[in-house]
Amino acid sequence: MVSYTLRRIAFAIPTLIIVSIGIFLLVRLLPGDIIDILFGGDQTASEEVKQQAREQLGLDGSYAEQYWNWISGVVQGDFGFSLRNAEPVSNIVFDAMTVTLELVILALLIATIVGVPLGVLSAVKRDTGWDLGARVGGLVGLSVPSFWLATLLLLFTSRAFGWVPPLVYISPFDDPVANLSQFILPALSISVFTMAIVMRMVRATMLEVLGQDYVRTARAKGVGRKTVVSKHALRNALIPVVTIIGFEIGVLIGGAAIIETIFGLPGVGYVLLQAIFGRDYPVIQAMTLLIAFTFIFANLLVDLLYGVLDPRISQE
Amino acid sequence: MSTAAESWGETRQRRFAWLGKWRNPIGLAGAFIVLFNVLVALLGPYLWTIDPDAIAYLRFEGPSWAHPMGTDELGRDTLARIIHGAWVSLQVGLISVSIAFVGGVAFGLLAGYYKGILDTVLMRIVDIMFSLPGIILAIVIAGLLGPNRRNAMIAIGIVILPAFARVVRGAVLEVMGYPYTESSRALGASGMRIMGKHVIPNIAAPLLVLVSVYLSVAILAEAALSFLGLGTQPPEAAWGSMLSTARTYIDVQPWLSIFPGAAIMLVVLGFNLLGDGLRDILDPRLGPTVGDTPTKK
Repeated sequence: MVSYTLRRIAFAIPTLIIVSIGIFLLVRLLPGDIIDILFGGDQTASEEVKQQAREQLGLDGSYAEQYWNWISGVVQGDFGFSLRNAEPVSNIVFDAMTVTLELVILALLIATIVGVPLGVLSAVKRDTGWDLGARVGGLVGLSVPSFWLATLLLLFTSRAFGWVPPLVYISPFDDPVANLSQFILPALSISVFTMAIVMRMVRATMLEVLGQDYVRTARAKGVGRKTVVSKHALRNALIPVVTIIGFEIGVLIGGAAIIETIFGLPGVGYVLLQAIFGRDYPVIQAMTLLIAFTFIFANLLVDLLYGVLDPRISQE
Repeated sequence: MSTAAESWGETRQRRFAWLGKWRNPIGLAGAFIVLFNVLVALLGPYLWTIDPDAIAYLRFEGPSWAHPMGTDELGRDTLARIIHGAWVSLQVGLISVSIAFVGGVAFGLLAGYYKGILDTVLMRIVDIMFSLPGIILAIVIAGLLGPNRRNAMIAIGIVILPAFARVVRGAVLEVMGYPYTESSRALGASGMRIMGKHVIPNIAAPLLVLVSVYLSVAILAEAALSFLGLGTQPPEAAWGSMLSTARTYIDVQPWLSIFPGAAIMLVVLGFNLLGDGLRDILDPRLGPTVGDTPTKK
């Protein structure tokens, strides 16, 4: 297990390095220069002035030099300063990530708590009305745009209960209850897609497991139907679902980024959009790198968990 | 020799029997929705002749006979704008999936056929792209290229390209291992001939499924980008940007928020159903990563 863990971690590091190079180049190779934007319509600005600004912002020198300066800072937790307001980038991106991660974790909880039982129900009651309902519901869940669902939920709560969540961000450390009431609707909106994926996955693996010999043996020796499903079958059926969750964390971060604006939450989506419109390179780079890191790290954890759940994987 | 049970089965299956193996209710429902959307996009403007950009005095109207979906904040007819949006979403789907298809198939064929360094490099690039959530990468690319629909389509095409490359590469590697491909090569067939004769026919089915599924992904992504202001720009009608504007007026006229979202959901559902059906029919092995139908009879 230890060597398996170390091997997985060793594998993640080169991926991160390559990703950081990819992000660095992406931001520079696409058209649009902050210097032109900073000087806006100012036609009188001479090349010299622009060059000076470039030096101040650390945008001179070769790409290799710029990358080295950037990445050696990143390793020490220094992401540079925002080009717009000179605030340390690390503050901006970590604050945003906290907001988004809370949203993602809540959504993941909702998705599994609802999705797993629905999938089991659909598999156990295969080819009945329950199954059909769950399958059609699953496909609808895959197709509903989260940002539309969010709007509908807001519309519903405001019309039915005269309630809308507070639109100014409240930290969970200041007021956990208000924070949760603010996060529940956005988390619900983005969880539906993942819920549908989890439901479909559980249904498929459950059907496969229910057809296996050891399940029949358990039934034959007199174990009750419910116990077979919950003790024997579900445990094995859930293992592949764990891998899906790693991938879904990425999907949820993306979903969160889209709907944060609707609920006035200052998460990664909000910060990234502001930075893109302002060509704020350090923030764009740091934010995307942090998202990639979170995603890779989450998948690493999932891989390790998978090894624990299914010992065959970590031995080989 | 047919038994009684078999002949009963045959009688039951006679309806729509001409469809043969294509007789799949989920897939047919999807095909129907997709066809409906195509017809709306192509014929809609001739059947419902109100100009989607015409500004009128009657603003924030609810649904009525004159305006079945009401009017928006400038008095524009919502139905006409939804119809225009159908065309936009179809265009986005086709163009971005074409970009991903052409690029992905080319990369996948090259990587799978030549292997070696080329394969390693191409697949590393694919890995990088997979280590960022798709929509985040699309936001960054579309945003940096500049917010308009053309750039959004390019961004979406680039983001979904690796999915095609990966599937094609895997399929090529598999086909290259088959005895008949090896014997064909041993007989001196050229690379082009092996690709054309053995590889491409074998990857056609999984590709068709991918195209259907990714059409839904592309349409949903463009709607999201337009919603964020990175795709189709107002005043042009697109479902995502209509939803974005409607949000401001949700207290005044909630219908404005309802129709564009329902349209997105219907089209995406159509392509998802179609993809599920195609997967059942063409390639049960593609397995349960997205689909959920039992793979074994």
